[in-house]
Formats: sequence, structure tokens, C-alpha cells
Amino acid sequence: MTGQVRDFPRRHHGERVIATLAILTLAAILVIIIALPLWSLLSKSVRDASGAFIGLGNFRTYFTTPALVSSLWNSFLVALATVSIVVPLAFVYAYALTRSTMRFKGLFMALAMTPIFAPSLLSAISLIYVFGNQGFLKALLFGHSIYGPIGIVIAEAIYCFPHAVMIIATALRLADGRLYEAAEAMGTKPARVFLTITLPGARYGLISAAFVIFTLVITDFGIPKVIGGQFSVLATDAYKQIVGQQNFEMGAVVGLVLLAPAVFAFFIDRQVQKKQVALLSARAVPYEPKPSRWRDGALTAFCLVMGAILAGMLGVSIWASFIKYWPYNLSLTLASYDFATFEPSGWDPYFTSLQMAALVAIFGTALIFSGAYLIEKVAFAPVLRGFAHFLAMLPMAVPGLVLGLGYVFFINAKGNPLGIFYGTLALLSVNTIAHFYTVAHITATTALKQIDAEFESVSASLRVPFWVTFRRVTVPISLPAILDIAVYLFVNALTTISAVVFLYGPTTKLASIAIVHMDETGATAAAAAMATCIVASAITVKLAHVALDRLVFSRLQAWRKR
Amino acid sequence: MKKQVLAGLAIGASLLAAGMTGAFAQARVKLTAYTALEVDQLPVFKAAIEKAVPDVEIVWVRDSTGVITARFLAEKDNPRADLMLGLAATSLLLFEKDGLLLDYRPKGVDALKPAFRDANGAYTWTGMDAYLAVACYNVPEAKKVNAPLPASWDDLLRPEFKGHIVMPHPASSGTGYLMVAAWLQIMGEAKGWSYMDKLHENIAVYTHSGSAPCSQAAKGERMVGIGYDMRGASEKSKGAPIEIVLPKEGAGWEMEATAIVKGSKNVEAAKKVADWVASKEASELYGKYYAIVAHPEIKSAPPNYPTDAEAKMVKNDFNWMAENRERILKEWIKRYESKAQPK
Repeated sequence: MTGQVRDFPRRHHGERVIATLAILTLAAILVIIIALPLWSLLSKSVRDASGAFIGLGNFRTYFTTPALVSSLWNSFLVALATVSIVVPLAFVYAYALTRSTMRFKGLFMALAMTPIFAPSLLSAISLIYVFGNQGFLKALLFGHSIYGPIGIVIAEAIYCFPHAVMIIATALRLADGRLYEAAEAMGTKPARVFLTITLPGARYGLISAAFVIFTLVITDFGIPKVIGGQFSVLATDAYKQIVGQQNFEMGAVVGLVLLAPAVFAFFIDRQVQKKQVALLSARAVPYEPKPSRWRDGALTAFCLVMGAILAGMLGVSIWASFIKYWPYNLSLTLASYDFATFEPSGWDPYFTSLQMAALVAIFGTALIFSGAYLIEKVAFAPVLRGFAHFLAMLPMAVPGLVLGLGYVFFINAKGNPLGIFYGTLALLSVNTIAHFYTVAHITATTALKQIDAEFESVSASLRVPFWVTFRRVTVPISLPAILDIAVYLFVNALTTISAVVFLYGPTTKLASIAIVHMDETGATAAAAAMATCIVASAITVKLAHVALDRLVFSRLQAWRKR
Repeated sequence: MKKQVLAGLAIGASLLAAGMTGAFAQARVKLTAYTALEVDQLPVFKAAIEKAVPDVEIVWVRDSTGVITARFLAEKDNPRADLMLGLAATSLLLFEKDGLLLDYRPKGVDALKPAFRDANGAYTWTGMDAYLAVACYNVPEAKKVNAPLPASWDDLLRPEFKGHIVMPHPASSGTGYLMVAAWLQIMGEAKGWSYMDKLHENIAVYTHSGSAPCSQAAKGERMVGIGYDMRGASEKSKGAPIEIVLPKEGAGWEMEATAIVKGSKNVEAAKKVADWVASKEASELYGKYYAIVAHPEIKSAPPNYPTDAEAKMVKNDFNWMAENRERILKEWIKRYESKAQPK
């Protein structure tokens, strides 16, 4: 991330001090919300149950357990399969959204996001209703069972699709139209344009997406837990150790094993970044796709099929919320929406969730985008920035379970002044921001990377301090990405479960937790009903986002057009 | 960004202030109870306790047994709960071993059935109700392959059940471990393992949740689910076409129990609640939901529940279970996990 920003000699005085302080504050925040909680759990990996230091003893036990090798291999296989299915599909989808004149783009973008609108339990319910032993499309599996690798890959692919579309679309959205004009003027064949301009331009996004998905799949335990059947993966191993046997030390060992791919991804990421050139130079002209009948037609058809699959999955679980007793009594009822009969707190968890999601979206977006700007565009304190970037990339690799327990150990430790926040909505919000930091950070970074560093250079030579550039240039240019991040955080905060399940207090029970509780009580329809309310809220927010994008930003972003 | 930090602090402070005013407005002592009771029971238990002990207010933190147990152990340096109320006795034994529970013998415990009293060392926990590991048998699914209603654990080894049985994974779920331990205790170690070897051939999957097997059997997703009885009974009441089978050899069981957390700031109030837990009225309330309750004079019969449950309870040595857990799980994983292939 260095190298692009030249340090001009004539700086606004005091800028260095303020920049260093700001970066220091960022690093301190990340240490408190990410590093310390993780450390307080992961450090247990070298201790025994009584807290005595035992070196690598736990690792030895773990690596001599025969089941581990198969879990490791299984995790790797499933993640690889998901990446190779999702990345190409998401690329075509994102391409259609950004590089065609296809109609209803806003609608298709919203459709692509539907899987993250729904709590993961909902997709599991849908999959079982569709492909389970009583499922109405069971025949499509040709005798294979949905409980196992097939189910995991299908469910993970659906779950990861929106993340991939979001990252790749951000990468594709900002393109320099001049390159395409030049190519056209020279009579370059479309295939060659695609291979030499489009793909290299999206390379960073593609690689990021691949790593994000790989890590998401490796760390997710919700899907394998419900639908994985016999197929054990690393994340379910962590679950078995922590929830099944309350063996935090071994859980920490699995948590560390899970971190390995993420740390690897971080270093690959740095290598790629060195080669990345800013795409949107100050003189750039936004790419304006020209109508092309066959291309737009084909892309529309593709998006329709993908959208129909995603909407179908959602539709099944909404339908499930109206069913009396699946599969023996399919008559419809509204009774499942009377939550007070299933759950003592009634509708409260739903409103608590909305509140938390709003807090997470507002403060999370502000923190993450400003943080990404400091890391990406400010020329001071390179080591500190590298450190902050590393911390920002970590949470994705950490199963929510590990992060949540880490918070308990850290915040609840005797003498930690933050202990007063225990069980409060504020702490749940902070934990959720930390949990979803990485993808939002990558989105912000991808958007920022594509803005030419010349803006900063020019500002510097005009003696305009970086915060003015940030406010007057960077934020307005990046508003679509900023809104994407806010919506992403909002929606994930509505559906998150694995980390917050250890942190909520008596008055801060969230809807996602209530959903799991109702499902545990056997009230599947009520669980689906609460999930449907969550989905409806998420979709409402997304539609508002689309409308805002169209009405307001089309004007604000008019400068991009000629 | 600093502005945002300040704003964050301001919000945090106002939340805190809101919380405090809320606390001062209540004259009653707020007791935080960690529980794994089913959600629909929580308001009923809360109302009953607050009626019997008017100066307390119960606030619940409820989750599945594994999650609540992990959470309490993670918090042990600075416990946040005053009471464990309705949590598996095996979990409470774990806490007792770590010295996390208060030594208190509630009034009236001597009237309870012996199994429901803490018999070893300091008196820390009191049983409330017991539930059994049963087989939930889906009638229409079984009809499809003519699988007969099982009467014993051995019947589950019949070839008709191949690939149709689910049970909880003993390393993921306390329920699963309880079953494994029960078979080893009923049949003896050697026979128990050879029984499980054969049963393994019929198992479709080992689930990660103790409540999943009977739920899945109730929905026809599986033919037989080995899991806790009450889930089966409540699913049946909702219209699931299942039979609840108590195998004739007897069944493993678990108990829900109550204990006071050592270090609770509201010990006196917590003791009053513990006294209520051991009372006869309390057992009457448990009887609405559970077939087997602590007080010997309360005979309960929840709907759709087999009547002879109490007689089927095997001799279940919780201490033996706790001591041998690591060894048994290791053996189980060696036998069934590494060769378990997706089906």
C-alpha cells in the first residue's frame, strides 16, 4: 500500500502529527476490539485447563488425533469447491451489473444480496425442505444425500455469492473508459479487450473474493452443523471442543489452525497489491457500457436464472413460516407470527436487533471507511498502517464462536474497565463490527485503491491537508461503496449469531438468537417467521439503498459522465 | 474519526445511564439466572418464583446446555450469574469441581427423592426434574420399509433401520455423551462398545445438537431419532406421527438442577429461590412439563408421554460419567469418527 503515495515536501503544518495520531487511534481501536479479545482466547492454546503453560502439548494431542487429518482435508476441499463455483458465477453476475446495459440492475443487485438478508438457519431450513429426505426436489440429487459435502457446498455457495458479487462489482464498477475507447479505436477484438483490460482491472477484486470465500467457508460452522451430517470440518471441530466439551484450550488450537489460511491470504494479498495500479486516475473517464443486444440478453438470462434460484431459496422459507406442521399438515396459518406464544420476550428481540444493526451500520461504516482511508491513502507511519491492515484482515478468519468467547474472556476479566459494558447493546455492536470488519474493509480498500493517488499528491502540493481531501474528494467519490458497506454491516448485524450468543444479556436478546431458540424448541415455523421479519427488514433497507443510489447518487455522481 | 469515538462513548454512557436508572427504579433484587429450560417454560417459572419469593425479580439468560455451560465457564473469573436454574446436572458437577458453586443446602431437600440431591462432598445442587433418552419412531416413514416398532435397543440393529437412525454426536452434545455412557453402564463396557459398533452401521448421521434427532424424526426427515423424551412428546402433541419408545433395557437420563453461584452479590435472595426450587409446589410446576420430578408425592403425566418412564431410569452414575468422559470420547472418536464417511 506504500509506493503510490509520494511524500511531498510542502505539507500543511501539523498534518504529520494529526495523521500519526489518527493512525495510532485506529490501531489502538483495532487492538482493543480485535487483537486483545482474540489473544485472550487463542493464548489458551499453550495452556492446560488450570492455566499452566504447557508449550505445544495441546497441538501435539490435536495433531495426533486421526480425525483431524480428515477434517483438515474436508475443510480444504469444501472451501476450494465453493470458490471454484462461486467466483466465476459471481464474476459474470457482477459483470452484468456493472458492464452491460441490462435493465433492472438495482433489482438484480438486491436479488444477489438475498442470501445475506436471511439468517443462516433459514437457508438450512430451505435446503432441507427442498432437498431433504422429505424434500420436493430430492430427486435432483440422484440418490445422494443433502446431508454431507453436497449440501455444504450448495449452502456455502449460496451464502458466499453475495460477498463475492459485492467485492467483484466494486472492482468492476470503476473503470477507465479511455482504455476501452482506445481499444475500440484500434479495432481490438472484444475477447482481447476482456482479457487485457477487463480481467487485469478486476484482478485484485477476483483474488480478494477468492480468499474471502475460502476463509468464509473454512470458518463457517452454522451450515456444516445443520447440514453437514457426518462430514466433519475444522469449524465443527472447534464447536465440538468449545460447546460440546467446554475444552477452551483445544478450541483455541483449532481456532489457530483456522487462522493459518487467513494469514497466508494476507501475505498473498500484499504481493498482489504491490502490482496493483490505480485504475481511476484523476483524468479517468468512467466506462459507459454501450448497448449490445446479444451480450445484454445473455447476461439478463444468466442473472434471471441465478436470481430465481436465490429468490426461490428465500421463498421456500417464507412459505415455511406459514405452514402448520411440515410435512404432515401443510395448511397455512398466521399463528407463527404471534411470537409471544413461542418466546417470552415476544417481538422485543426483533426491535433490539434493528437497534443494534443501526448502531453497527453507522459506527462501523464510519470507523471502517476512515480506517481504510488512513491505511490506504495517508503517507505517514507505514509500519503502523501495515499493522492496522493486518488486524483488519484477521476477523474474517476467526469463527464467530472464537471471537465471541474471546470477548467474554477479555471484557469480563477482573479489572478490565470495559467490564461495565458487559451484556449491553454497545458491546454487542462493537463485537459485530469487529466480526464483519474484514469484508467491509476490503470493499473500502478496493474502492479507494481505484482512486488515483494523484488526488492526494495534488492536495499535498496545494497544501490541503488529507482530511480535507478525504471529505471533499474521497468520500463523495466513494459514496456508493460507503453505502454498500453500511448496508452490508446492517444486514449482517441483523442475522449474526455465532459470536453474540455468548455476549447478550437478559435485556439484549437478539432476533437471530430468538430464531435459534424457537427452532430448538421445535417451533420451526415460528423460527422461520421471525427470520422472515428479519429478511423483510433487510430487503426494505436494501430497496431504500437502491432508491437512494438511483435518485441521489445518480446526480452526485454525474461528474463521472461526460 | 475522533468525533465518532466521542459519539460512541456518549452512546455507551447513555446506555449505561439508562441501564442504571432502570435498576434503581426496581426495589426488588434482580437475580440473573442462567438456564437451559425450554423458552416457553421461562415466563411460567419466572411468575411462579416471583410469586413465591416476592422480593426478587428473575432475569433469564437462556441457551442450549452446551452454550450456557461454555459461557459460564468462560466467565468464571468474574461470574455474571447469581443462579443456575434448570441446567443439566452434569454441567453443575463440572462447575462444582471447579469450585464455582456455593455450598448451600436448601430447606426441604430431605423430602426429595435421593437421586435429586447432591450426595458428594459439599452440597451445591438440587435436582428439579429428570428426562430420558428415548427413541422417537416415525410411523409413516417406518411403514414405507416395514420397519417394526422397536421395543429394545437391540431392535434398532435390524437391517430395516440401516441409514435411518440419527443420534447426537457425543463430542458435540451432552445428550449424545449421556447415551453412550448409558449403554456402557447398562451393558458393560465390552458389550456396550460392540453394541455401538453394530448401531453405527445403522446410523445415518450423528447430529451436533441434542434436540435435533427427535425433531428430525417428527418431521419425517429421519425414521428414528434417539434423543430426549420431552421434545418427542411435545412434537407429538403438535401433530407429529411419532411413537416414543422407552427401550425395555432402560434408558439413560439427565437431570435439570439448580445451584447458587459462588460470588453472587445477592446470596440471600438466591437462597430463597433455591428453597423454592426444592419445595413441593415447585415440583408441581415441573410436573406440567416433565414426567419425573424431584418431589416423591408429585405424580405427573404430561400429554403423549409413556407412563412407565420412572421405572426405566437406569442406574446412572454422574461421577463415573464425568471421570471417564475424556477416555470414552477418545475411544468413540477412534472407532466411529475417522472411518465415518459421508453417505
